[in-house]
Amino acid sequence: MSVSVKRVPPAADALAHLTEISTQIKAAVVLDREGTVQASTVDDERAGRIASSALELFRQADAQRDQELVQLDAALSGGSVFVVRDEERLIAATTTPGPTAGLVFYDLKSALRSFAEPPKPKPKRAPAKKKAATTRKKKDADA
Amino acid sequence: MRTRKALAVAGAAVASAVGAVALRRRSARSRDRLELYFEDGSLLTIAQGAPEADQLLLHARELLAAAQS
Repeated sequence: MSVSVKRVPPAADALAHLTEISTQIKAAVVLDREGTVQASTVDDERAGRIASSALELFRQADAQRDQELVQLDAALSGGSVFVVRDEERLIAATTTPGPTAGLVFYDLKSALRSFAEPPKPKPKRAPAKKKAATTRKKKDADA
Repeated sequence: MRTRKALAVAGAAVASAVGAVALRRRSARSRDRLELYFEDGSLLTIAQGAPEADQLLLHARELLAAAQS
């Protein structure tokens, strides 16, 4: 399976934040449903290999039941592997052995959500209202 | 004398049972396993040794090895 590597700059921020808040997560890669790497905490070569294995793992695990797979974790002797999906992307992560699975899933989902959200536009300043003038005009009209 | 013997046998039996449970728990922890969470909320656990586990665990180990290399 071939996996292309394409970087999207804002995604790197979300992953940097992810490894900052979770000491259990050692490496993380975000990829689309075709296996294209969108961001990672490791170099491109390793990210491509992680993405390829994650995609294959997720596809085979998804085939285990008729229901759609939403997330998985594999507890291995050397560490754990997590894969979570949303509508468009997958995020794969590795952790130290014996992680708190619930927390890792929560952090990975939060990271995926930040990818899905469009960048927030800067709030525009509302023009200053001229209250005093309006009041005076009304008073003038009353008089 | 008979009471002491009976107590010793009972003690050995309890110790053996406790040891067996501890050993079983330890071996279960050290076995590789996968947990799959589906959209309907169901969970499927696949432990090492299950027929479908080999291929899935192979990919999981590849992923972990790639991250650790």
